[in-house]
Amino acid sequence: MRNSMKLALLALIAAGCCAIYLFHDLNGSFDYALPRRIVKVIAMVITGFTIAYATVVFQTITHNKILTPSIMGLDSLYLLLQTLMIFFLGSDHLMAVNKQINFLISVAVMIVFSLLLYRFLFKKAGQQIYFLLLVGIIVGTFFSSISTFFQVLIDPNEFQIVQDRMFASFNNINSDLVWLSAGIVVVVTIFAWRYVKYLDVLSLGRETAINLGVPYDAVVKQMLMIVAVFISISTALVGPITFFGLIVANLSYQFFKTYKHRTLISGAVVMSIIALVGGQWVVERVFSFSTTLSVIINFVGGVYFIYLLLKARNA
Amino acid sequence: MIQVVSLSKFYGKKAVVEDVSVTIQPGKITSFIGPNGAGKSTLLSMVSRLLDADTGEVLIDKADARKMKSNEFAKKVSILKQSNYMNVRLTIRELVSFGRFPYSKGRLTDEDEQIVDQSLEYMHLTELQERYLDELSGGQRQRAFIAMVIAQDTDYILLDEPLNNLDMKHSVQIMKILRRLVDELGKTVVIVLHDINFASVYSDWIVAMKDGRVVKNGPTEEIIQSEALKEIYDMDIPIQKMDGCRICVYFNS
Repeated sequence: MRNSMKLALLALIAAGCCAIYLFHDLNGSFDYALPRRIVKVIAMVITGFTIAYATVVFQTITHNKILTPSIMGLDSLYLLLQTLMIFFLGSDHLMAVNKQINFLISVAVMIVFSLLLYRFLFKKAGQQIYFLLLVGIIVGTFFSSISTFFQVLIDPNEFQIVQDRMFASFNNINSDLVWLSAGIVVVVTIFAWRYVKYLDVLSLGRETAINLGVPYDAVVKQMLMIVAVFISISTALVGPITFFGLIVANLSYQFFKTYKHRTLISGAVVMSIIALVGGQWVVERVFSFSTTLSVIINFVGGVYFIYLLLKARNA
Repeated sequence: MIQVVSLSKFYGKKAVVEDVSVTIQPGKITSFIGPNGAGKSTLLSMVSRLLDADTGEVLIDKADARKMKSNEFAKKVSILKQSNYMNVRLTIRELVSFGRFPYSKGRLTDEDEQIVDQSLEYMHLTELQERYLDELSGGQRQRAFIAMVIAQDTDYILLDEPLNNLDMKHSVQIMKILRRLVDELGKTVVIVLHDINFASVYSDWIVAMKDGRVVKNGPTEEIIQSEALKEIYDMDIPIQKMDGCRICVYFNS
């Protein structure tokens, strides 16, 4: 029962963060500032939810607690897409300017890419998941290299716009997209929740999971699809931020010390909402926008990652 | 009854298991013996659907195993492999509770809890049930995993070298428990063994494999014979009778 207490406490803190973000320094601007802040908070909640969910699921499937789904190369694909778009069409083209179109195309390309990758890899039964990760790393590096190549050739002014998209940002979010993403995420989550019970068993390893009647290959495939959809949505919405998932997933493991994925996922989701909303508030009010949240996340995440590696070496 | 019909597995062009047909007798302990690389573990993995067979089929109570739902299969056949690496930290009771997963999908009913209690009791683990698996000795760990399989409550229990890395005392303990499972609960146990003396003393039926094929298949008394063993292991193994047990003295042959 102690874990449910912890979870309730975290949820309370998360709600508090949201409330502070929404109402602090509002100065009675209910018509102008509040709707804009609400959109931002929802965007952060969606991002926190998708990243945390996708990372915990991904780490359970791969039996590895220091991997993030970015290893499948979706972030690099997104950056490549943005770079190519601006390089060939220019920053004033409809596709680069219109956020809705850009969002839909990015999500579609990333999901189609993952589908192709899985189709190609799972065609032969019994393929190891590590093979998928390996191909993901190689393809991801390939995408990054091409992006870098075009970024070197691009007009310096246009490069500014590309660079802008290389970091996740919550400062410029389109409200229509937030509602659209929220809709997709809710539908996918309802579909995905049926599989959560299998995750506990999957963490016992492939053989034990099959022994206990989990249709292993089918479940892993579905899970990877859900991860791809979630990562695509959050990346297209705010930019590449998957590194963040590593922090919250591991914090959740350490904090809850359980194998139950209902708790682990909920914990990671709530923690990421606290980090994003609270962090964004600090960025806006304390640093007055002189830095971005993703820079802080990458810094803190990097330190934590090194700590995890050192700890694993000592263990 | 488990029927294996002309099962084969190839890695590249090399056949690891080649055209094996065996029928497992219900309500008995059947031991698979044979030299290293004979394909015993591969065969067991294919029967328990951990590995896809290249040709042939497995019939569980006359039903095609491939057409059975994973969950239904898990209520009939359980498998315990030799390595049980885990990514999570569990207590014995949590592990054994996982044995009820095919029935309860993780939401344990009172009946499930009762069966978990009984399984722990059966393996003498009731006192240790709150201990974490990584704090246990090899023998206790192995018992915990067998308790999980008992909680799974399947008619058929397959074990891949369960005595690996266990000392004499724990090996005997495990074999006695398996014997009880068969005699008292009417289970069918299939086991891969390296020590032919354990196979000789505890099993009812022996299947001997060599180079991916079944070379001998019969009641224990027929297989534990010098001529038969010579064919399986290419060794002259004298057999001594002691207290009604047939013991193979292979140490200096």
